[in-house]
Amino acid sequence: MDLAMIADSIIVKVILSIAGVMIVFTINALFATWLERKVAGHIQLRLGPMEVGFHGVLQGAADGLKLIAKEIITPKGVDKKLFALAPYLAFFPTLLMFVVIPFSDKLQVRDLNIGLLYFFSISCIATIGIFMAGWASNNKYSLMGAVRSIAQSIAYEIPIILSILSVVIITQSLKLSEIVSYQSKFWIVLVQPVAFVVYVISAIAELNRTPFDIPEAESELVAGFHTEYSGMRFAVFFMAEYTNIFLVSAMATTLFLGGWRGPFFPPVVWFFIKTYALVFFIIWVRWAFPRLRPDQLMSFCWKFLTPVALLNLLITTFFMKIF
Amino acid sequence: MLESYSYVFLFSILSVIFVSIVTIVPKLIAPKAIGEKKLTTYECGEEPIGDAWIQFNVRYYLVALLFVAFDVEVFFLIPWAMVFKDLTGLIFWFEIVLFVGILAFALIYAWAKGVFEW
Repeated sequence: MDLAMIADSIIVKVILSIAGVMIVFTINALFATWLERKVAGHIQLRLGPMEVGFHGVLQGAADGLKLIAKEIITPKGVDKKLFALAPYLAFFPTLLMFVVIPFSDKLQVRDLNIGLLYFFSISCIATIGIFMAGWASNNKYSLMGAVRSIAQSIAYEIPIILSILSVVIITQSLKLSEIVSYQSKFWIVLVQPVAFVVYVISAIAELNRTPFDIPEAESELVAGFHTEYSGMRFAVFFMAEYTNIFLVSAMATTLFLGGWRGPFFPPVVWFFIKTYALVFFIIWVRWAFPRLRPDQLMSFCWKFLTPVALLNLLITTFFMKIF
Repeated sequence: MLESYSYVFLFSILSVIFVSIVTIVPKLIAPKAIGEKKLTTYECGEEPIGDAWIQFNVRYYLVALLFVAFDVEVFFLIPWAMVFKDLTGLIFWFEIVLFVGILAFALIYAWAKGVFEW
């Protein structure tokens, strides 16, 4: 059997895709947490983690090891089954979303023909996990966080889908490889700047991050929906959160910033440069802006973002029909 | 096609296995503290007062209804967006303006009724 046949056989494909996704997932979880703490440190004029490895690069690995050696506590008031099930549901969509991400022209687990729709429908499952965690905890803070998280996630889903619809209208495809190949001459962000801004704002809200982090507002709700979670169960939520930041940025790169396209470097390098630039931006926003009130958050979505996204869609289609 | 979705199935199994492993390993190796108090619900150091499972005003009920309306709207917009370039003439654009307009009217009505104020 020659090499091409080995690479073609289904078992090799499966093993390679699992290994690839797990490597990207692990490295991102370690790197993104380190980046967050480092950026936070430097924005606040301190150094951040410095002890483990070069400038604290291995801090995430050290924290992971520490958390594995911690007892997982199930408080006595909780709904035990749901409490144990919630981390599964919160984590489950993150790995599934990796399936359609085009890392380069050849590196993509599966190029589903409804890739875009698949990505955004799978991402909604995490909300169920979050609500389940908050409800099962039998803790007032957790419940408040969970209720807020539901309200926020469903509200910001509308502008996010309307903004990606503007992209679909231009490219006429839900297949991510076709959306990237459409951008061989220009990036979609140049023709759809409003959709891009709406997408990034709603994505930050979907991720429950500052300035939209009322579901886990530390100063009023302790830790929001995961107050009662300890040890590795907490770490699962944490990893899911940081993987979601990466995935949302990867999707923005694919839809608006030309995907893996770019000069000089190989495609994969360009993909990660663009994605991590967006990850850095999302972290930067967190440490630069104060938190919104729940009512400000809801009215911002319904009174501003949704109408803007709708108008953008209608104006785009109007000009496409005129010219 | 089926092969593509078998990868989706595979990755869902993978995620279950991953979470199971990382939550079972600490049960085997982590030291256990003894005591009743560690199992109490966290309420900033005080003894917790009552359950969290009580009735309270959710406030987001009407917003959730509005979400359902808009979500279905978006669901209908996706097929329209997919074939948009094949449709010739402005009439198809006006049809979608009418469709979006009815729901936009619902949004304006909810806005005027004060659903977004609390």
